[in-house]
Amino acid sequence: MRLRNLQIILWTAAIVATVAFFALRWSSAGMQDVADAAFSPSFSLADSEGTQRTSEEFRGKFLLVFFGFTNCPDVCPTTLSEVAQVMDDLGPDAAKVQPIFVSIDPVRDRRLGLREYTEAFHPAILGLAGTDADTEAAAESFKIYFAREADAAVADGYTMSHSPGLFLIGPDGVWLRQFAYGTPAAEILSDLRSRF
Amino acid sequence: MKSLFLSTALLLAAPAAFACGTFTVGDLTIEHAWSKATIGADRPAVFYVEITNGGSTDDALIGITTPAATMPMLHETVVTDGIASMPHAMSIPVPVGETVALSPGAYHGMLMGLATALKEGDRFPVTLTFENAGDVTVDADVLSLRAEGPDCSDAGQ
Ligand SMILES: [Cu+2]
Repeated sequence: MRLRNLQIILWTAAIVATVAFFALRWSSAGMQDVADAAFSPSFSLADSEGTQRTSEEFRGKFLLVFFGFTNCPDVCPTTLSEVAQVMDDLGPDAAKVQPIFVSIDPVRDRRLGLREYTEAFHPAILGLAGTDADTEAAAESFKIYFAREADAAVADGYTMSHSPGLFLIGPDGVWLRQFAYGTPAAEILSDLRSRF
Repeated sequence: MKSLFLSTALLLAAPAAFACGTFTVGDLTIEHAWSKATIGADRPAVFYVEITNGGSTDDALIGITTPAATMPMLHETVVTDGIASMPHAMSIPVPVGETVALSPGAYHGMLMGLATALKEGDRFPVTLTFENAGDVTVDADVLSLRAEGPDCSDAGQ
């Protein structure tokens, strides 16, 4: 009888895991579709000073949100450089936009220095590195994918894969659109200007 | 005569355009070797370069080494189904008659284990190893963190 209960528990766990796996796969694969449906992604993540920052406190501003990790020499600097260029080119309108870098590798990024990283690109960029649970919750809310991949050949033995898009959230907190990786700063700038 | 003297003087006075040197090995021409300033020495640096195969045999870049970093590797940034990752590139093909670029968002050298932070204006040697052509050492110039590539338009190349 005890064995049977255990079997039920194990089978239930296996089914839950399978469903969760496909649900996750489906949600990341469906990213293009969700861009059309209105939703308000949210986050609550610690900044470099350890203060918890939430999506609600930025109501009234456009948010440019990018998920990445500071140990990423190719994709992340490209996007952050574009964001920095956009902020420079916005001039006085820069006050209407808050760029946010969300670390998907928060423990290592806090150790390496989050603030010096974002400031090297632009002082306006706010770096956030929350707990693992907060980070997963934010990623889920933005419907983005990230994963840690074991790689014995690189520093610390792992690297991250992630959705490299730049997400635009409106002043009311509603998702507006995604800029695909590699979108030139001028295009992001003119999109933003058309919304002011 | 005077104008010749003047232009020669100007040529000598002009600072060498950054990351605009040309290097050759066999039938390969290597240009635009550059890197980006790093934030500290604990994060990897990146290495970009362009290789043109002017010969009659396909070649491939199979490795890089540099005194600037203890763990240099070749990577390729790939975006599949909206997910970016950067697997190792064991070999980067350099086919006959083509120019292959290691450039942002694509193939790149990943320089892990930096000896020191790279600052804009620094220059360091990188040795490229090709399957057929062998080794060649080029100078990589460190551009700003926000650079998209070297500007060699007025370098008279
Ligand atoms: Cu890499």
